[in-house]
Amino acid sequence: MASIFAYVVHKDGAVDDSAAELLSAARKIDPDEEPVAIIAGFGSDLDSVCETLQRSYREVWKISNEAFAYPNAELVRKALIKVLPPGSIVLVPHNHLGIDLSPGLSVKTNTPFVSDVLDIEGREGSWLKVVRQEFGGQISAHVMCDVSCGAVINIRPGAFKYLEASSGNGTIVDKSVEIGPISSGRRYLHTIVAESGDVDISKQPVLVSIGRGIQEQDNVAIAEQLADALGAVVSCSRPVVDAKWMDKSRQVGTSGKTVKPKVYIACGISGAFQHLAGLKGSPFIIAINKNPKAPIFQVADVGVVADLLEFLPILTEKIREARCVSAK
Amino acid sequence: MRASVRPALARSGTDRVERPLQQRLPIGRQGPRRELRLVGCLLHETPCVERIAVAPQQFGGGIELNSECRGIVRHTRKLSDHLFAGSDGRGIAAILKAFIQKGNYELILTGVQAEDGAAQVGGMLAAMLDYPFASLVNSIEILDGKTLRITREIEGGNKELNEIDLPCVLSIQTGINEPRYVGMRGIRQVASVPIPTFGAPDLGVNPEIVGPLAAKIRRVDYFLPAAGRGAEMLYGKPEEIADKVVELVRTKGGLS
Repeated sequence: MASIFAYVVHKDGAVDDSAAELLSAARKIDPDEEPVAIIAGFGSDLDSVCETLQRSYREVWKISNEAFAYPNAELVRKALIKVLPPGSIVLVPHNHLGIDLSPGLSVKTNTPFVSDVLDIEGREGSWLKVVRQEFGGQISAHVMCDVSCGAVINIRPGAFKYLEASSGNGTIVDKSVEIGPISSGRRYLHTIVAESGDVDISKQPVLVSIGRGIQEQDNVAIAEQLADALGAVVSCSRPVVDAKWMDKSRQVGTSGKTVKPKVYIACGISGAFQHLAGLKGSPFIIAINKNPKAPIFQVADVGVVADLLEFLPILTEKIREARCVSAK
Repeated sequence: MRASVRPALARSGTDRVERPLQQRLPIGRQGPRRELRLVGCLLHETPCVERIAVAPQQFGGGIELNSECRGIVRHTRKLSDHLFAGSDGRGIAAILKAFIQKGNYELILTGVQAEDGAAQVGGMLAAMLDYPFASLVNSIEILDGKTLRITREIEGGNKELNEIDLPCVLSIQTGINEPRYVGMRGIRQVASVPIPTFGAPDLGVNPEIVGPLAAKIRRVDYFLPAAGRGAEMLYGKPEEIADKVVELVRTKGGLS
């Protein structure tokens, strides 16, 4: 069996949650193989991350270089190529770095690449059977990957069980000298922090959130009226921002804000994982969608199959009535 | 089986590959100061693989005049061969590489991902060409004809600002621009325009690196996702349902 490596993402000295999930994924590939963590970075942040990883991984390969003070996928790829043994299976979180890094890494290591894996069902000879999703999570697929010569596998964040760190004391192996001088045709300049907008949706106890099902910009007002009645604000999913119907600061999801309301009313939102990943704190989710097969109904607490344009005004009126009664 | 054939060739990506250049690069009807050529890729239900759209040496008027690309770029090239059918993402990238190496392209744009969500062809193509690559690009600005300044979408709604040397490959994120659709008149005007087609021999593609036998990734089947605990569905007249929703919102502390 090939060696399994987990490329660990970190920020400001803290290990990303995906590190524990990659460990879980590795055990599904081979329960007997202890994966090795690989981490690239620089300075004291890297040292503290290595110490954290020691508790869960038997071995941590550390690549320290000033060039990795901010992760540049091209540089990381060049470094990994130098240290990975032939035939390795490399697990990478499917986030903005993994999307940047893994396809090219698979080409350069001449191994197959499987993207955005949700589950690993086991091996059939030299083939690994995994589960992926297509069409925004509406359909799943079994995918076979020939891992006989190694593989690069991107793991969906949140899909695998989070394994708590044990009290283990893994070994740190410094691989920095093996890297040598490296350069990239792409240079990171700085991060442009998202504007907070007029309202901070991450602090709202109730959100009326709209998706593609709102159909057109003029209909956003219907959701705003409901939000007004509730004393809530309107948030949205990505298609609404792409269409420029709402500001980016109102977007919930991996590429938007993470929110933790008490009540989340999802209106015309299909429930793609990128959106759901922005919901934390187990809010009470009320999903309203005219498609009874929308994935959002699998995760919502309560579902209503209805046309938004007809149902939301009725709901708004009922909320207003309830508020009047309460006021009396 | 067409596992991973279409990533980065998605319609959503290709609709958007022309606009960023028009809007962000100094390209007008007089053409750019420095020649840039665009390679876009189209998803299409063909028995073979896909079409590749290649812009002319100069951008300018007449971009709406294109054939089956429906307004994406002016010139279209189709890469089509029965050998290409069943290729995985790696095979597709190899076909595109063969075509791109025949020209002197400086900027190659793909979409981030297709409906299969694999997000792989752009990155693979860049690695095969040894070009710099950036994914999830949501703005492009040309600096000096040798370098672009781009932003990438990262978590939390933040953006990562980078400079990237030409030639390069960028995968374009949705929302970068407003896709433009061609009217029926434009489509009719170009309906009979022949599309030059390149097969494996024209491109010099080794048949052993494409097609199902070369694919190391194979989709076996489709199935419905495992149901979660599932929502409690509310039924009845809209007013009755609304009453129930109001009560639930109140119970959960959403109606203070």
